[in-house]
Parts: sequence; C-alpha cells; structure tokens
Amino acid sequence: MYGRKVKLRFFFIFLILIILSLSVFLILKSLEENVVYFKSPTEIQTLTEINKNKIRIGGMVKENSILIDEKKLKFIVTDFKNDINVTYTGAIPNLFTEGKGVVAEGYLKDKKFFLATKILAKHDENYMPPEVKSALEEK
Amino acid sequence: MASLIGFYSLFSGLLCSIFVIYFSIINFRNSKILDKKILIFTFFQFFFVIISFFALIISFVISDFSNETVFNHSHTTKPLFYKISGVWGNHEGSLLLWLVVLTLFIYLFLIKSKEQKKNYKILTLLFQEIIIIGFFIFLIKTSNPFNYIFPIPTEGLGLNPILQDPALAIHPPVLYLGYVGSSIIFSSALAGATLNYISKDWARHIKKWVIISWIFLTLGILLGSIWAYYELGWGGFWFWDPVENVSLMPWLCLTTLLHCILVLEKKNILTSWVVVLSITTFMLSMCGTFLVRSGILNSVHTFANDPERGLFILIFLFILIFLSLFIFFFIFKNSNKNPTNLFWLSKETSILINNWFMMYFLAVVLIGTIYPIFLEVITSEKISVGPPFFQKLIIPFLIPFLIFMAIGSQLKWVKSDLKNKLYLVLFFIISLILTLLIIKNLKINFLTNTVLLTAAFFLFFITVRDFFKKEFKNLSQNIAHFGFSLLILSILFNNIFSTEIISNLKIGETINSNKIQINFESINQKEKQNYKAIIGKFNIKDQYGKNQILNPELRIYNQPNIVTSEADIKTNLFTDKFITMNLVQNQDYFNIRYQIKPFMIWIWVSVIIICFGGTLSLFKRNYEN
Repeated sequence: MYGRKVKLRFFFIFLILIILSLSVFLILKSLEENVVYFKSPTEIQTLTEINKNKIRIGGMVKENSILIDEKKLKFIVTDFKNDINVTYTGAIPNLFTEGKGVVAEGYLKDKKFFLATKILAKHDENYMPPEVKSALEEK
Repeated sequence: MASLIGFYSLFSGLLCSIFVIYFSIINFRNSKILDKKILIFTFFQFFFVIISFFALIISFVISDFSNETVFNHSHTTKPLFYKISGVWGNHEGSLLLWLVVLTLFIYLFLIKSKEQKKNYKILTLLFQEIIIIGFFIFLIKTSNPFNYIFPIPTEGLGLNPILQDPALAIHPPVLYLGYVGSSIIFSSALAGATLNYISKDWARHIKKWVIISWIFLTLGILLGSIWAYYELGWGGFWFWDPVENVSLMPWLCLTTLLHCILVLEKKNILTSWVVVLSITTFMLSMCGTFLVRSGILNSVHTFANDPERGLFILIFLFILIFLSLFIFFFIFKNSNKNPTNLFWLSKETSILINNWFMMYFLAVVLIGTIYPIFLEVITSEKISVGPPFFQKLIIPFLIPFLIFMAIGSQLKWVKSDLKNKLYLVLFFIISLILTLLIIKNLKINFLTNTVLLTAAFFLFFITVRDFFKKEFKNLSQNIAHFGFSLLILSILFNNIFSTEIISNLKIGETINSNKIQINFESINQKEKQNYKAIIGKFNIKDQYGKNQILNPELRIYNQPNIVTSEADIKTNLFTDKFITMNLVQNQDYFNIRYQIKPFMIWIWVSVIIICFGGTLSLFKRNYEN
C-alpha cells in the first residue's frame, strides 16, 4: 500500500498530465482550423483543387488595373508570371497603389478570380512580399 | 564630427565594459567590499554610451547626411521633434537606445542596492556585462549607426511618415525601458541562483525592479496600441499581429513573475519557478527583438530589414539560453527546506492557479506566433495565424481566470476559510442578472461573451466593494485588478456595440446606411512643413438626427513620397466616432470608413489605472501584512 501523500502526489501528476495534453490538443486543433495559407498567383495556378478555406494572396498590383465604383474595388495581382483578378469591398489602405506590393485575404472562386475580404497594409514603402521579390530577381 | 565622437565613444564604452569585467573578477575573489573602480567604470560605460547616443541625436538634428543612418531616416524639412524621434525610429538607433537603457539600469542597480551582498552584486554585474558586450559587438559589427557615406548627399531619404506621430515617437523608449528592465531581473536571478540567494530578501529587493519594468512595458504596449488605433485607420487596437504578440509575451511572463515574487516574499516558496520566469521574461524580450529585426515574421508591421542581424541575435540568444540552463540545472541548488504545502483555499493557491492560466495564454500566443515560421522552414509553406485562433483559445479561459482573480484577493495567505464569504455568491448572482439584462436587450447570442461579461462584472463589483471595505490595505493590488476588470468590460462592450460603414464616395455624394447619413461635402488643401494635407469635410447625421462635422485628413509627404491618412476621431466618455478617408490612385473616388466605437477611451483609461496600481505599490514599504 502506498501512503496517502504518495497517492495524492500521483493524483496531481496525473491531473497535470491530463491538463497539459488537453491544452496541447486544443491548441493544435484550433491551429489547424484557423491557419491562413499564403499563395502567389503562380502557386494558385498549380493548385489541383480549390477549397473553401480563407487564404492570402500576394503580389504586385498590376499597372492600370485598378477599377473602382461605389461599392467595389477591382484590381489585378501579378507576380509577373501569372495574374489573378481580385474583387474587394472594404477599407483600402494608403500604401495600396499600382506597381506596389499587396497582400489580400479572402476566398478563391477559381484560379483566376479572388474575392478579397481584407487588404493588408504594409508600413514600409519598400516592402515587397518575398515571393514577388524572388520572382523579380529571376526576371 | 559628431559621428566621429559617437563612434569612438561607443568603442570607449566597450573598453569600459572590459575593464568592468576585469575588476569584477579580481574583486570577486579578493576583497570584502565592492571595489570603487567597478562603480566608476560602470558609470563611464554608461557615460560613453549616452555621449554616443547624443552624438547621434545631434547628427539627426543638424541633418548631417554624411552619416548613413541620418541619410536613410531623416530629411531637412522634417519637424525637429521627429528628427529627434527618428533617432530610435530605425534599427541602428533603436539598438543604441537598447544599450543606453542596459548600461543605465546596471548603474542604477549598483547604486540602489548598497545593502546587498558584494558577491551577488558583482555576479549580477557580470551577467549584465555579458549582455552589454553582446550588444556592443552587435551594434559595432552589424549595425553601426555612425557609418560614413561619400560623397555626402544633399538630402536625406526621410522617415517613414507613419512613424511621424507623437505616440510612436515615445513608444520605443518606453517599451525598451520595459524590455531591457527585464535584463536586470534576468541577471540578478542568475546571480541569485548561482549563490543560492533566491529567498525572501531577494524577492523584496528585486520586486521594485520587476514592478518598474512591468509599468514601462504596460505603458509601452498601451502607446503602441493607441497609435495603431488612430494612425493605421483600422479602428482596432489589437490585431494579434506577430509584432504585437512579441510584446505581449514578455508582458504575460512579467505579470506572472510579479505575482510569484509576492508569494516568494511572503512564504519563501516557488523559488525555482521565480528563477525560470525571470529567465524566460528576458529571453522573450530578446526573442521579440530578434523576430522583429530579422524579418522572418510575416507581419503587417514588417519594416525592410537585414537577415544577417537576425542571425547574430539568434546566436546570441542561444548563448544566453544555454548559459541560463546550465546555471539553472547544474549550479542552482534549491536549498529551500520549506515544504511547498499549499492549502487548497488560500491566496497563494489562487495566484498559482492563475499562474498556470497565464502560462497557457503565453503558450497560445507563442505557438500562434512562431508556428508559421516553423512551418515555413520545414515545408516552405507560407501561412499566417489569424485573430480567431487567439480569440477562440484565450477568451473561454479568461472566465475562470477573472473569477480566480476576484476570489483570490478575498482570501488570506497560508490558509483561508469560507466564513463570511456569502457576498461572493451574492455578487456573482448580481453580475449574472446584470449580464442577462444587457444581453437580452441586445438580442445577441454569444455564450462565451455572456459568461465572460458575468465574470468581468463579478471582478468589477468585488474590487469596487474592496475600495469601500478594505481600509486600503492593499490598495495597489485593488486598483490594478479593478483596472483589469474595467479593461475587459470596455473591450467587450467595444466589441459588441461597434458599427462601421465602408464605402467609396466622390466629392458631394451622400451615403445612407443604418439610419446614418454621411455627406462628403468638400475637400481643402493645405501646405505644411513636410507634407501637403488634403482635408475632407464630412457632415454626418446620426440616428438621432444630430449633425456633426468630421475632418479626416490625407497627408502627402514630400520625402519619402507616401500618402498617409489621419483619422478624425470625436471622443466623448461613451463613444468614439472615427472616420478615415483614403485616396485611391488615379480615381475620383475616396474610400471612406466611418466607425462608431463605444467605450474606446475606457480601454486606455483602464490600462492607465492598472499602471497606476503598479506605481502605487512602489511607494509602499510592505506590500501587505
């Protein structure tokens, strides 16, 4: 027979292990659900299927591609190999200009069409999404 | 000229550090009292660093473009205030500021801890010097703020306009005082661990350093948050962006440490835990610097940067972690004879329980922040973890956290009982009823929000009751906890009641939405010192038919040529009205965002209340009896 103290200690260790594994499970589970993948237009072309998850796309805003009306903003994101059309409703950041980098979050309709729910602003005028940078360097 | 002085005094500072180490090692073995020379050299080390810092400030003020840092981050037409703040608005200058604070704190530590044992002081100094020398080398080797360029340019490249803002001008120094303040805790915890001096006395002595860094860290985060609110034009104050998260992580750790130090001071238990927390806090601060500076984070706050620097900080970080682990596992002997018997109903138990919650929050933030980096390294898949992840994992656990916070303060140290605790149940019922009333009238249905609101109200009432009841026995704790409940309440109400209208408008157009009418009347131009302002005039008729004029602004800066938008915010006690206007390139349309944000000001006020609670405890000899 073990003493009461030893039993208690075992109980506590057991409890802590359960709590630990539970919280690890919880974190990993919701990580899986809430991850947003980042894709460049070229990567989107190579996708085999289009799922309904939220993704981010990044690239440069193509010159002379911005179209705007009261509700919507339309523009083209390019990595100089492939383009993708983006439609967006919402607040537009100031650093969003033609010929500059952009990251948009939203849903893919098909390989050529993206419905954005958010445009992320960068604070630095020299910032460029890494994919775009490497694409530019290859050119 | 100033650059030359700056550079050489930086070298002199490094030389002083080497002298400090040399004399410290001699003094450590031979003498009974602290050698005066150590104190003098520590002072000179600080003196040289501050000279070098002032040299950089002068270079910025006189726009000396032969200095590369000045050339990259300044411009002659910039207002003087932003010329000065530009000093730490860039990588090189902000590292120099790190060094200023590092050397200042160790000097203050030495003169403020006269009553401490000599060897403890010397060891703390030695550990601190390791950090200081690391930063000296880092600064001189990879990011020298005094590099020359030739031929001398006639004009600089200018400071990123969104950094030209009063809140962000003082945000880095305040935040760094918090970050770097934790270095003293780190060094003294390592020294204490080596000498087996982690005890009640140590806790009493280090407590004020913990509180001071905690206050600065809290204020620093607050300033950044306020800035993000009005400058970035999103109308939010926290985005769970990696760069924000890295400042939250040391805060969580430091807050936990703050509470554990009290337990250690009171009961002489949790020694190892306190050492671990002290080490972790500083490591997280370093990690923050590394992650922000290396550019491996995919953040909206990312500024262009250089991977070589990241590598250096990473190596340095590993050396420090290795050193601390070595000391913790091989030298530190937990000589504590006190058995850690905790009675289930006592103040220290509830502190300990909330400790674990804090560690859980820390784990969530940490994983959410660095998981994308790991995934990118392993699978080269680029991902980001959005706010839902953090909200989902943190909000439910805030409920028990708040309840323990409320109950814990009502319990005694060592052993408490449930006598005369009926009011707790009473207050809980009142909170529940109040919540139900609010939620019912709103017709929103969020289970966790409801329960969280109840828990926050519970803490709110308990702390308010204490103000009347407790004869101000632990006023500082009471104020801080009250502030925290107010913070949670304001954030919740802010979340529930916020509304926004986003639209693209041409001048003269009007939009109707949710009984709110926004009329874009006109725009005006104004020339300012280093930007051109386009000021919009918006006539807003709210749901009660009241008219209000708001004037958001667009600023077109001359150098760098960037457009920023200045929100116009009308603040009163209950709600903020917030409007931003953005120009869309080559189009007649302006992008308008109008938001009604209730209780916004209370979020800032409650954080200031929390800080005030902390400040108050500095002026008290004993935390409580």
